[in-house]
Amino acid sequence: MSSPLLSACRVTKRFGGRTACHDVSFDLWPGEVLGIVGESGSGKTTLLNCLAGRLVPDGGSVAYETRSAGIVDVHHLSEARRRLLARTEWGFVNQDAREGLRMGVSAGANIGERLMAVGARHYGEIRGQAIDWMARVEIDADRIDDRPTTYSGGMRQRLQIARNLVSNPRLVFMDEPTGGLDVSVQARILDLLRGLVEGLHLSAVLVTHDLGVARLLTHRLMVMQGGAVVEQGLTDQVLDDPQHPYTQMLVASILPV
Amino acid sequence: MPDTTIQNTLPQDGAYNYAYLDEQTKRMIRRAILKAVAVPGYQVPFGGREMPLPYGWGTGGIQVTAALIGRDDTLKVIDQGADDTTNAVSIRRFFARVADVATTTHTEEATIIQTRHRVPETPLKDGQILVFQVPIPEPLRMLEPRETETRTLHALSEYGVMQVSLYESIARHGRIAKTYNYPVMVNGRYIMSPSPIPKFDNPKLDHSAALQLYGAGREKRIYAVPPHTPVKSLDFDDHPFEIETWTESCALCGSTESFLDEMIVDDTGKRLFVCSDTDYCESRR
Repeated sequence: MSSPLLSACRVTKRFGGRTACHDVSFDLWPGEVLGIVGESGSGKTTLLNCLAGRLVPDGGSVAYETRSAGIVDVHHLSEARRRLLARTEWGFVNQDAREGLRMGVSAGANIGERLMAVGARHYGEIRGQAIDWMARVEIDADRIDDRPTTYSGGMRQRLQIARNLVSNPRLVFMDEPTGGLDVSVQARILDLLRGLVEGLHLSAVLVTHDLGVARLLTHRLMVMQGGAVVEQGLTDQVLDDPQHPYTQMLVASILPV
Repeated sequence: MPDTTIQNTLPQDGAYNYAYLDEQTKRMIRRAILKAVAVPGYQVPFGGREMPLPYGWGTGGIQVTAALIGRDDTLKVIDQGADDTTNAVSIRRFFARVADVATTTHTEEATIIQTRHRVPETPLKDGQILVFQVPIPEPLRMLEPRETETRTLHALSEYGVMQVSLYESIARHGRIAKTYNYPVMVNGRYIMSPSPIPKFDNPKLDHSAALQLYGAGREKRIYAVPPHTPVKSLDFDDHPFEIETWTESCALCGSTESFLDEMIVDDTGKRLFVCSDTDYCESRR
Protein backbone atom coordinates (compact mmCIF):
# COMPACT_ATOMS: atom_id res chain seq x y z
CA MET A 1 0.00 0.00 0.00
CA SER A 2 1.07 3.59 -0.58
CA SER A 3 1.52 6.27 2.07
CA PRO A 4 -1.36 7.70 4.10
CA LEU A 5 -3.35 10.57 2.59
CA LEU A 6 -3.67 12.45 5.84
CA SER A 7 -1.57 11.89 8.88
CA ALA A 8 -2.21 13.56 12.23
CA CYS A 9 0.56 13.45 14.79
CA ARG A 10 -0.13 14.35 18.43
CA VAL A 11 -2.56 17.12 17.54
CA THR A 12 -3.40 19.23 20.60
CA LYS A 13 -5.60 22.30 20.81
CA ARG A 14 -6.24 24.41 23.90
CA PHE A 15 -8.62 27.25 24.41
CA GLY A 16 -7.11 29.12 27.34
CA GLY A 17 -6.68 26.59 30.13
CA ARG A 18 -9.18 24.21 28.57
CA THR A 19 -7.86 21.42 26.39
CA ALA A 20 -10.27 20.76 23.53
CA CYS A 21 -8.32 17.94 22.00
CA HIS A 22 -5.27 16.25 23.33
CA ASP A 23 -2.54 14.23 21.62
CA VAL A 24 -4.62 12.85 18.75
CA SER A 25 -2.71 10.78 16.21
CA PHE A 26 -4.02 8.74 13.30
CA ASP A 27 -3.41 7.93 9.64
CA LEU A 28 -6.10 8.17 6.99
CA TRP A 29 -5.53 6.00 3.93
CA PRO A 30 -6.76 6.73 0.39
CA GLY A 31 -10.36 5.63 -0.03
CA GLU A 32 -10.94 5.29 3.69
CA VAL A 33 -13.73 6.88 5.72
CA LEU A 34 -12.79 7.64 9.29
CA GLY A 35 -15.50 8.39 11.82
CA ILE A 36 -14.99 10.49 14.91
CA VAL A 37 -17.70 9.90 17.49
CA GLY A 38 -18.29 11.14 20.99
CA GLU A 39 -20.69 13.26 22.93
CA SER A 40 -21.12 17.02 22.52
CA GLY A 41 -18.08 18.90 23.78
CA SER A 42 -15.71 15.99 23.39
CA GLY A 43 -13.53 17.90 20.92
CA LYS A 44 -14.69 16.30 17.66
CA THR A 45 -15.31 19.49 15.76
CA THR A 46 -12.19 21.19 17.12
CA LEU A 47 -10.15 18.24 15.90
CA LEU A 48 -11.82 18.38 12.49
CA ASN A 49 -11.10 22.11 12.19
CA CYS A 50 -7.46 21.50 13.10
CA LEU A 51 -7.21 18.78 10.46
CA ALA A 52 -8.80 21.00 7.81
CA GLY A 53 -6.45 23.89 8.57
CA ARG A 54 -9.22 26.09 9.93
CA LEU A 55 -7.69 26.14 13.40
CA VAL A 56 -4.01 26.14 14.23
CA PRO A 57 -3.22 23.43 16.78
CA ASP A 58 -1.10 24.28 19.81
CA GLY A 59 0.89 21.11 19.40
CA GLY A 60 1.46 18.35 16.90
CA SER A 61 1.23 18.43 13.12
CA VAL A 62 -1.00 17.39 10.25
CA ALA A 63 0.60 16.05 7.07
CA TYR A 64 -1.28 15.69 3.80
CA GLU A 65 -0.16 14.08 0.58
CA THR A 66 -1.05 16.40 -2.29
CA ARG A 67 -1.69 15.33 -5.87
CA SER A 68 1.38 17.01 -7.27
CA ALA A 69 3.58 18.49 -4.54
CA GLY A 70 4.11 15.43 -2.32
CA ILE A 71 3.56 15.46 1.42
CA VAL A 72 2.99 18.89 2.98
CA ASP A 73 2.54 20.07 6.54
CA VAL A 74 -0.92 21.65 6.46
CA HIS A 75 -0.15 24.27 9.07
CA HIS A 76 3.20 25.31 7.63
CA LEU A 77 1.83 26.05 4.17
CA SER A 78 1.37 29.68 3.21
CA GLU A 79 -2.20 30.88 3.58
CA ALA A 80 -2.52 31.10 -0.20
CA ARG A 81 -1.51 27.45 -0.69
CA ARG A 82 -3.66 26.23 2.17
CA ARG A 83 -6.72 27.96 0.77
CA LEU A 84 -5.96 26.63 -2.69
CA LEU A 85 -5.67 23.14 -1.24
CA ALA A 86 -8.95 23.60 0.60
CA ARG A 87 -10.85 24.47 -2.55
CA THR A 88 -9.22 22.06 -4.98
CA GLU A 89 -8.29 18.87 -3.11
CA TRP A 90 -10.58 19.13 -0.11
CA GLY A 91 -14.22 19.58 0.65
CA PHE A 92 -15.85 20.67 3.87
CA VAL A 93 -19.47 19.82 4.60
CA ASN A 94 -20.87 21.81 7.52
CA GLN A 95 -23.65 20.67 9.78
CA ASP A 96 -25.54 23.86 9.05
CA ALA A 97 -25.78 24.17 5.26
CA ARG A 98 -26.15 27.93 5.61
CA GLU A 99 -22.52 28.14 6.71
CA GLY A 100 -21.29 26.25 3.69
CA LEU A 101 -23.51 27.83 1.04
CA ARG A 102 -23.92 31.30 -0.34
CA MET A 103 -27.53 31.84 0.50
CA GLY A 104 -27.83 34.98 -1.62
CA VAL A 105 -27.07 33.38 -4.98
CA SER A 106 -28.68 30.58 -6.98
CA ALA A 107 -27.90 26.88 -6.61
CA GLY A 108 -26.08 26.91 -9.95
CA ALA A 109 -23.78 29.71 -8.79
CA ASN A 110 -23.15 27.84 -5.55
CA ILE A 111 -22.02 24.75 -7.39
CA GLY A 112 -20.05 26.76 -9.96
CA GLU A 113 -18.14 28.87 -7.46
CA ARG A 114 -15.23 26.47 -7.03
CA LEU A 115 -14.92 26.04 -10.78
CA MET A 116 -14.82 29.79 -11.29
CA ALA A 117 -12.35 30.15 -8.42
CA VAL A 118 -9.87 27.99 -10.29
CA GLY A 119 -10.36 29.82 -13.57
CA ALA A 120 -13.45 28.45 -15.38
CA ARG A 121 -14.75 31.27 -17.57
CA HIS A 122 -17.27 29.57 -19.84
CA TYR A 123 -20.81 30.13 -18.59
CA GLY A 124 -22.33 27.26 -20.56
CA GLU A 125 -19.80 24.72 -19.30
CA ILE A 126 -20.09 25.84 -15.69
CA ARG A 127 -23.86 25.58 -15.94
CA GLY A 128 -23.59 22.17 -17.58
CA GLN A 129 -21.48 20.88 -14.70
CA ALA A 130 -23.89 22.40 -12.20
CA ILE A 131 -26.82 20.59 -13.83
CA ASP A 132 -24.83 17.37 -13.88
CA TRP A 133 -24.09 17.67 -10.16
CA MET A 134 -27.65 18.59 -9.30
CA ALA A 135 -28.69 15.29 -10.89
CA ARG A 136 -26.04 13.37 -8.97
CA VAL A 137 -27.29 14.70 -5.66
CA GLU A 138 -30.90 14.18 -6.74
CA ILE A 139 -32.09 17.77 -7.01
CA ASP A 140 -34.39 18.67 -9.90
CA ALA A 141 -32.45 20.49 -12.61
CA ASP A 142 -35.21 23.09 -12.92
CA ARG A 143 -34.33 24.32 -9.42
CA ILE A 144 -30.91 25.46 -10.66
CA ASP A 145 -31.76 29.17 -10.66
CA ASP A 146 -33.49 29.10 -7.28
CA ARG A 147 -31.73 30.36 -4.20
CA PRO A 148 -30.94 27.88 -1.43
CA THR A 149 -33.21 29.92 0.84
CA THR A 150 -36.11 28.32 -1.03
CA TYR A 151 -34.72 24.80 -0.48
CA SER A 152 -35.66 22.38 2.28
CA GLY A 153 -33.04 21.38 4.83
CA GLY A 154 -32.27 18.10 3.10
CA MET A 155 -31.94 19.75 -0.30
CA ARG A 156 -29.61 22.38 1.12
CA GLN A 157 -27.41 19.66 2.54
CA ARG A 158 -27.33 17.87 -0.81
CA LEU A 159 -26.52 21.14 -2.54
CA GLN A 160 -23.69 21.70 -0.12
CA ILE A 161 -22.32 18.27 -0.95
CA ALA A 162 -22.52 19.00 -4.69
CA ARG A 163 -20.80 22.35 -4.20
CA ASN A 164 -17.91 20.61 -2.47
CA LEU A 165 -17.53 17.68 -4.80
CA VAL A 166 -17.67 19.60 -8.09
CA SER A 167 -13.94 20.35 -7.94
CA ASN A 168 -13.23 16.64 -7.66
CA PRO A 169 -11.62 16.63 -4.22
CA ARG A 170 -9.78 13.66 -2.74
CA LEU A 171 -10.61 14.30 0.88
CA VAL A 172 -13.86 15.53 2.39
CA PHE A 173 -14.30 16.72 5.96
CA MET A 174 -17.84 16.32 7.20
CA ASP A 175 -19.17 17.80 10.39
CA GLU A 176 -22.48 16.12 11.32
CA PRO A 177 -23.71 16.10 7.69
CA THR A 178 -27.07 14.67 8.73
CA GLY A 179 -27.52 16.56 11.99
CA GLY A 180 -30.85 18.30 12.36
CA LEU A 181 -32.56 16.41 9.53
CA ASP A 182 -35.46 14.01 9.93
CA VAL A 183 -34.71 10.32 9.62
CA SER A 184 -36.02 9.67 6.11
CA VAL A 185 -34.07 12.62 4.74
CA GLN A 186 -31.06 11.42 6.73
CA ALA A 187 -31.36 8.01 5.14
CA ARG A 188 -31.36 9.47 1.63
CA ILE A 189 -28.33 11.63 2.33
CA LEU A 190 -26.46 8.72 3.85
CA ASP A 191 -27.30 6.64 0.81
CA LEU A 192 -26.07 9.41 -1.44
CA LEU A 193 -22.86 9.91 0.52
CA ARG A 194 -22.12 6.21 0.53
CA GLY A 195 -22.57 6.05 -3.24
CA LEU A 196 -20.42 9.12 -3.86
CA VAL A 197 -17.64 8.04 -1.52
CA GLU A 198 -17.40 4.67 -3.22
CA GLY A 199 -17.92 5.91 -6.76
CA LEU A 200 -15.37 8.72 -6.55
CA HIS A 201 -12.93 6.81 -4.34
CA LEU A 202 -13.07 9.65 -1.81
CA SER A 203 -11.47 9.68 1.57
CA ALA A 204 -13.43 11.29 4.34
CA VAL A 205 -13.23 12.30 7.94
CA LEU A 206 -16.72 12.26 9.38
CA VAL A 207 -17.65 13.79 12.71
CA THR A 208 -20.92 12.56 14.16
CA HIS A 209 -22.56 11.79 17.44
CA ASP A 210 -24.90 9.34 15.74
CA LEU A 211 -23.51 5.81 15.92
CA GLY A 212 -25.96 4.66 13.25
CA VAL A 213 -24.46 7.12 10.78
CA ALA A 214 -21.00 5.99 11.78
CA ARG A 215 -21.89 2.33 11.28
CA LEU A 216 -23.33 2.99 7.84
CA LEU A 217 -20.62 5.23 6.40
CA THR A 218 -17.31 4.68 8.12
CA HIS A 219 -14.66 2.03 7.87
CA ARG A 220 -12.78 3.01 10.97
CA LEU A 221 -13.90 4.72 14.14
CA MET A 222 -12.26 6.93 16.76
CA VAL A 223 -14.13 7.47 20.02
CA MET A 224 -13.38 10.75 21.78
CA GLN A 225 -14.08 11.72 25.34
CA GLY A 226 -12.97 14.96 26.98
CA GLY A 227 -10.65 15.80 24.09
CA ALA A 228 -8.79 12.49 24.06
CA VAL A 229 -9.21 9.40 21.90
CA VAL A 230 -10.26 6.59 24.21
CA GLU A 231 -10.70 3.83 21.66
CA GLN A 232 -10.17 3.31 17.95
CA GLY A 233 -10.49 0.45 15.53
CA LEU A 234 -12.58 -0.96 12.73
CA THR A 235 -16.14 0.37 12.95
CA ASP A 236 -17.81 -3.00 13.36
CA GLN A 237 -15.28 -4.05 15.96
CA VAL A 238 -15.70 -0.91 18.02
CA LEU A 239 -19.47 -0.97 17.87
CA ASP A 240 -19.96 -4.70 18.38
CA ASP A 241 -17.28 -5.24 20.94
CA PRO A 242 -16.56 -1.95 22.72
CA GLN A 243 -13.65 -2.17 25.13
CA HIS A 244 -13.57 1.18 26.85
CA PRO A 245 -16.28 1.89 29.45
CA TYR A 246 -17.20 5.16 27.71
CA THR A 247 -17.66 3.42 24.37
CA GLN A 248 -19.72 0.74 26.06
CA MET A 249 -21.90 3.47 27.55
CA LEU A 250 -22.27 5.15 24.12
CA VAL A 251 -23.24 1.92 22.40
CA ALA A 252 -25.61 1.02 25.20
CA SER A 253 -27.38 4.36 24.99
CA ILE A 254 -28.60 3.88 21.40
CA LEU A 255 -32.40 3.91 21.63
CA PRO A 256 -33.92 0.67 20.40
CA VAL A 257 -36.72 1.16 17.88
CA MET B 1 -12.24 76.56 -31.20
CA PRO B 2 -11.98 79.67 -29.03
CA ASP B 3 -9.78 79.50 -25.98
CA THR B 4 -12.24 79.13 -23.16
CA THR B 5 -9.80 78.78 -20.34
CA ILE B 6 -10.92 81.22 -17.67
CA GLN B 7 -8.11 82.98 -15.89
CA ASN B 8 -9.03 83.11 -12.28
CA THR B 9 -10.36 86.47 -11.03
CA LEU B 10 -11.90 85.30 -7.76
CA PRO B 11 -10.45 86.86 -4.62
CA GLN B 12 -7.99 84.47 -3.04
CA ASP B 13 -8.78 83.22 0.39
CA GLY B 14 -5.74 84.05 2.46
CA ALA B 15 -7.04 82.31 5.54
CA TYR B 16 -6.39 78.90 4.02
CA ASN B 17 -3.20 77.25 2.92
CA TYR B 18 -2.75 76.92 -0.84
CA ALA B 19 -5.33 74.39 -2.20
CA TYR B 20 -7.11 74.27 1.17
CA LEU B 21 -5.22 71.32 2.70
CA ASP B 22 -2.12 71.89 4.82
CA GLU B 23 1.22 70.85 3.36
CA GLN B 24 1.64 67.82 5.63
CA THR B 25 -1.70 66.43 4.52
CA LYS B 26 -0.91 66.99 0.87
CA ARG B 27 2.40 65.18 1.31
CA MET B 28 0.63 62.28 2.98
CA ILE B 29 -1.86 62.07 0.11
CA ARG B 30 0.94 62.26 -2.48
CA ARG B 31 2.67 59.35 -0.77
CA ALA B 32 -0.56 57.36 -1.00
CA ILE B 33 -0.89 58.32 -4.69
CA LEU B 34 2.69 57.22 -5.43
CA LYS B 35 2.04 53.89 -3.78
CA ALA B 36 -1.24 53.50 -5.66
CA VAL B 37 0.49 54.21 -8.98
CA ALA B 38 3.20 51.70 -8.13
CA VAL B 39 0.63 48.94 -7.47
CA PRO B 40 -2.09 49.49 -10.09
CA GLY B 41 -5.57 48.74 -8.79
CA TYR B 42 -4.52 48.29 -5.16
CA GLN B 43 -6.49 50.33 -2.63
CA VAL B 44 -4.11 52.40 -0.51
CA PRO B 45 -5.49 53.68 2.80
CA PHE B 46 -4.86 57.34 3.55
CA GLY B 47 -5.69 59.74 6.35
CA GLY B 48 -8.75 61.32 4.78
CA ARG B 49 -9.58 64.80 6.12
CA GLU B 50 -12.86 66.51 6.78
CA MET B 51 -13.64 68.62 3.73
CA PRO B 52 -16.04 71.56 3.47
CA LEU B 53 -18.69 69.47 1.74
CA PRO B 54 -20.52 66.28 2.69
CA TYR B 55 -19.32 62.75 2.06
CA GLY B 56 -20.73 61.54 -1.21
CA TRP B 57 -20.20 64.88 -2.91
CA GLY B 58 -16.64 64.23 -3.93
CA THR B 59 -14.49 64.55 -0.80
CA GLY B 60 -12.11 61.84 -1.98
CA GLY B 61 -11.67 63.34 -5.43
CA ILE B 62 -11.18 66.84 -4.00
CA GLN B 63 -8.43 65.69 -1.66
CA VAL B 64 -6.60 63.97 -4.52
CA THR B 65 -6.97 67.07 -6.71
CA ALA B 66 -5.83 69.35 -3.87
CA ALA B 67 -2.70 67.27 -3.40
CA LEU B 68 -1.88 67.45 -7.13
CA ILE B 69 -2.86 70.95 -8.17
CA GLY B 70 -0.43 73.82 -8.83
CA ARG B 71 -0.84 77.38 -10.16
CA ASP B 72 0.08 76.35 -13.72
CA ASP B 73 -2.63 73.67 -13.88
CA THR B 74 -5.92 74.00 -15.74
CA LEU B 75 -8.82 72.30 -13.99
CA LYS B 76 -11.98 70.81 -15.47
CA VAL B 77 -14.69 69.33 -13.26
CA ILE B 78 -17.56 67.23 -14.57
CA ASP B 79 -20.51 65.60 -12.90
CA GLN B 80 -22.34 62.94 -14.93
CA GLY B 81 -20.48 64.31 -17.96
CA ALA B 82 -21.74 67.87 -17.51
CA ASP B 83 -19.65 70.93 -16.65
CA ASP B 84 -22.60 73.00 -15.49
CA THR B 85 -24.18 70.92 -12.73
CA THR B 86 -24.10 72.07 -9.11
CA ASN B 87 -21.41 69.71 -7.93
CA ALA B 88 -19.12 70.51 -10.86
CA VAL B 89 -19.59 74.27 -10.58
CA SER B 90 -19.02 74.26 -6.82
CA ILE B 91 -15.84 72.21 -6.95
CA ARG B 92 -14.49 74.31 -9.84
CA ARG B 93 -15.14 77.54 -7.91
CA PHE B 94 -13.65 76.02 -4.77
CA PHE B 95 -10.31 75.40 -6.48
CA ALA B 96 -10.39 78.73 -8.29
CA ARG B 97 -10.72 80.35 -4.89
CA VAL B 98 -8.26 78.35 -2.81
CA ALA B 99 -5.72 77.35 -5.46
CA ASP B 100 -5.59 80.34 -7.79
CA VAL B 101 -5.97 78.02 -10.76
CA ALA B 102 -7.32 78.46 -14.29
CA THR B 103 -10.46 76.48 -15.09
CA THR B 104 -11.89 75.20 -18.35
CA THR B 105 -14.74 73.15 -19.69
CA HIS B 106 -12.69 71.86 -22.62
CA THR B 107 -11.28 68.40 -22.16
CA GLU B 108 -8.22 69.06 -24.36
CA GLU B 109 -7.18 72.15 -22.41
CA ALA B 110 -7.37 70.59 -18.97
CA THR B 111 -4.36 69.17 -17.14
CA ILE B 112 -6.49 67.81 -14.30
CA ILE B 113 -10.05 66.58 -14.82
CA GLN B 114 -12.03 65.72 -11.71
CA THR B 115 -15.00 63.59 -12.59
CA ARG B 116 -18.03 61.97 -11.10
CA HIS B 117 -19.61 59.05 -12.98
CA ARG B 118 -18.19 59.66 -16.50
CA VAL B 119 -15.01 59.57 -18.56
CA PRO B 120 -14.93 62.35 -21.19
CA GLU B 121 -15.73 61.27 -24.76
CA THR B 122 -12.70 63.14 -26.13
CA PRO B 123 -9.72 60.77 -25.89
CA LEU B 124 -7.31 61.81 -23.15
CA LYS B 125 -3.65 62.62 -23.82
CA ASP B 126 -0.30 62.06 -22.20
CA GLY B 127 0.13 64.34 -19.24
CA GLN B 128 -3.50 64.65 -18.34
CA ILE B 129 -4.77 63.34 -15.01
CA LEU B 130 -8.29 62.04 -14.49
CA VAL B 131 -9.44 62.14 -10.85
CA PHE B 132 -12.47 60.00 -10.02
CA GLN B 133 -14.81 60.51 -7.09
CA VAL B 134 -15.49 57.07 -5.62
CA PRO B 135 -18.36 56.23 -3.26
CA ILE B 136 -17.51 52.56 -2.58
CA PRO B 137 -13.94 51.61 -3.48
CA GLU B 138 -14.25 47.92 -2.66
CA PRO B 139 -15.54 45.96 -5.69
CA LEU B 140 -16.22 42.91 -3.51
CA ARG B 141 -18.17 44.82 -0.86
CA MET B 142 -21.64 43.67 -1.89
CA LEU B 143 -20.43 40.06 -2.06
CA GLU B 144 -18.34 39.90 1.08
CA PRO B 145 -19.15 42.26 3.94
CA ARG B 146 -16.02 41.60 6.01
CA GLU B 147 -13.16 44.01 5.29
CA THR B 148 -10.58 41.53 6.64
CA GLU B 149 -11.87 38.93 4.20
CA THR B 150 -11.96 41.22 1.15
CA ARG B 151 -8.37 42.24 1.83
CA THR B 152 -7.38 38.60 2.03
CA LEU B 153 -9.19 37.87 -1.24
CA HIS B 154 -7.31 40.73 -2.95
CA ALA B 155 -4.00 39.67 -1.42
CA LEU B 156 -4.42 36.08 -2.62
CA SER B 157 -6.04 37.08 -5.90
CA GLU B 158 -9.05 34.90 -5.05
CA TYR B 159 -11.69 36.36 -7.29
CA GLY B 160 -14.07 33.44 -7.81
CA VAL B 161 -16.78 35.26 -5.89
CA MET B 162 -16.75 38.18 -8.34
CA GLN B 163 -17.30 35.74 -11.19
CA VAL B 164 -20.12 34.17 -9.17
CA SER B 165 -21.93 37.51 -9.17
CA LEU B 166 -21.65 37.71 -12.96
CA TYR B 167 -22.86 34.10 -13.28
CA GLU B 168 -25.83 34.98 -11.11
CA SER B 169 -26.63 37.94 -13.32
CA ILE B 170 -26.70 35.80 -16.45
CA ALA B 171 -28.74 33.09 -14.71
CA ARG B 172 -31.29 35.69 -13.67
CA HIS B 173 -31.39 38.06 -16.62
CA GLY B 174 -29.94 36.11 -19.52
CA ARG B 175 -27.02 38.52 -19.79
CA ILE B 176 -24.63 40.40 -17.53
CA ALA B 177 -27.06 43.06 -16.37
CA LYS B 178 -24.59 45.30 -14.55
CA THR B 179 -24.43 48.60 -16.42
CA TYR B 180 -22.34 50.83 -14.17
CA ASN B 181 -19.52 50.29 -11.70
CA TYR B 182 -18.67 47.27 -13.85
CA PRO B 183 -15.72 45.44 -12.26
CA VAL B 184 -12.39 45.45 -14.07
CA MET B 185 -9.13 43.55 -13.76
CA VAL B 186 -6.18 45.95 -13.67
CA ASN B 187 -2.83 44.84 -15.04
CA GLY B 188 -3.87 41.20 -14.63
CA ARG B 189 -3.64 41.41 -10.86
CA TYR B 190 -6.22 43.42 -8.90
CA ILE B 191 -9.95 43.60 -9.42
CA MET B 192 -10.97 47.23 -9.17
CA SER B 193 -14.17 49.23 -8.99
CA PRO B 194 -14.03 51.83 -11.77
CA SER B 195 -16.39 54.03 -9.65
CA PRO B 196 -19.97 54.33 -10.89
CA ILE B 197 -19.11 55.17 -14.49
CA PRO B 198 -21.35 53.50 -17.09
CA LYS B 199 -19.82 50.35 -18.54
CA PHE B 200 -19.80 52.34 -21.79
CA ASP B 201 -16.70 54.09 -20.41
CA ASN B 202 -14.84 50.95 -19.34
CA PRO B 203 -12.99 50.51 -22.67
CA LYS B 204 -11.66 54.08 -22.29
CA LEU B 205 -9.81 53.03 -19.13
CA ASP B 206 -7.85 50.35 -21.00
CA HIS B 207 -4.38 51.53 -22.03
CA SER B 208 -5.45 55.13 -21.44
CA ALA B 209 -2.74 57.72 -22.08
CA ALA B 210 -3.85 59.68 -19.02
CA LEU B 211 -3.11 58.86 -15.39
CA GLN B 212 -6.26 57.75 -13.58
CA LEU B 213 -6.52 58.41 -9.84
CA TYR B 214 -9.46 57.28 -7.72
CA GLY B 215 -10.24 58.91 -4.38
CA ALA B 216 -12.78 57.59 -1.87
CA GLY B 217 -13.29 60.12 0.92
CA ARG B 218 -15.65 58.28 3.22
CA GLU B 219 -13.72 55.02 3.12
CA LYS B 220 -10.36 56.82 2.91
CA ARG B 221 -8.84 54.87 0.04
CA ILE B 222 -6.85 55.94 -3.01
CA TYR B 223 -6.14 53.72 -5.99
CA ALA B 224 -4.76 54.33 -9.43
CA VAL B 225 -4.31 53.13 -12.98
CA PRO B 226 -1.06 54.43 -14.47
CA PRO B 227 -1.02 55.44 -18.17
CA HIS B 228 -0.98 52.62 -20.74
CA THR B 229 -2.04 49.94 -18.26
CA PRO B 230 -4.28 47.06 -19.36
CA VAL B 231 -7.75 47.28 -17.81
CA LYS B 232 -10.01 44.36 -18.66
CA SER B 233 -13.72 44.22 -17.95
CA LEU B 234 -14.66 40.85 -16.44
CA ASP B 235 -16.86 38.53 -18.50
CA PHE B 236 -17.41 34.93 -19.60
CA ASP B 237 -16.00 33.39 -22.78
CA ASP B 238 -19.54 32.78 -24.07
CA HIS B 239 -20.94 36.04 -22.66
CA PRO B 240 -18.33 38.64 -23.63
CA PHE B 241 -18.33 42.18 -22.26
CA GLU B 242 -20.42 44.59 -24.32
CA ILE B 243 -21.13 48.30 -24.02
CA GLU B 244 -24.50 50.02 -24.25
CA THR B 245 -25.84 51.05 -27.66
CA TRP B 246 -28.66 53.37 -28.65
CA THR B 247 -30.96 53.38 -31.63
CA GLU B 248 -31.27 57.17 -31.30
CA SER B 249 -28.62 59.80 -31.92
CA CYS B 250 -28.01 62.96 -29.89
CA ALA B 251 -30.82 65.47 -30.50
CA LEU B 252 -28.42 68.40 -30.25
CA CYS B 253 -25.25 67.32 -32.04
CA GLY B 254 -26.34 64.16 -33.84
CA SER B 255 -23.60 62.00 -32.36
CA THR B 256 -24.15 58.26 -32.61
CA GLU B 257 -20.99 57.39 -30.71
CA SER B 258 -21.36 59.10 -27.37
CA PHE B 259 -23.13 58.09 -24.16
CA LEU B 260 -26.69 59.46 -24.31
CA ASP B 261 -28.92 60.66 -21.48
CA GLU B 262 -32.64 60.20 -21.85
CA MET B 263 -34.60 63.31 -20.87
CA ILE B 264 -38.33 63.82 -20.51
CA VAL B 265 -38.99 67.32 -21.84
CA ASP B 266 -42.71 67.95 -21.31
CA ASP B 267 -45.74 66.79 -19.36
CA THR B 268 -46.86 64.44 -22.13
CA GLY B 269 -43.77 62.29 -21.74
CA LYS B 270 -41.92 63.42 -24.85
CA ARG B 271 -38.39 62.07 -24.77
CA LEU B 272 -35.12 63.45 -25.97
CA PHE B 273 -31.71 61.80 -26.13
CA VAL B 274 -28.71 64.08 -25.64
CA CYS B 275 -25.01 63.55 -25.05
CA SER B 276 -24.13 63.25 -21.38
CA ASP B 277 -20.74 64.89 -22.11
CA THR B 278 -21.72 68.56 -22.54
CA ASP B 279 -18.30 69.71 -23.74
CA TYR B 280 -18.17 67.03 -26.44
CA CYS B 281 -21.71 67.87 -27.53
CA GLU B 282 -21.10 71.65 -27.71
CA SER B 283 -17.90 71.21 -29.67
CA ARG B 284 -19.78 69.27 -32.37
CA ARG B 285 -22.66 71.70 -32.87
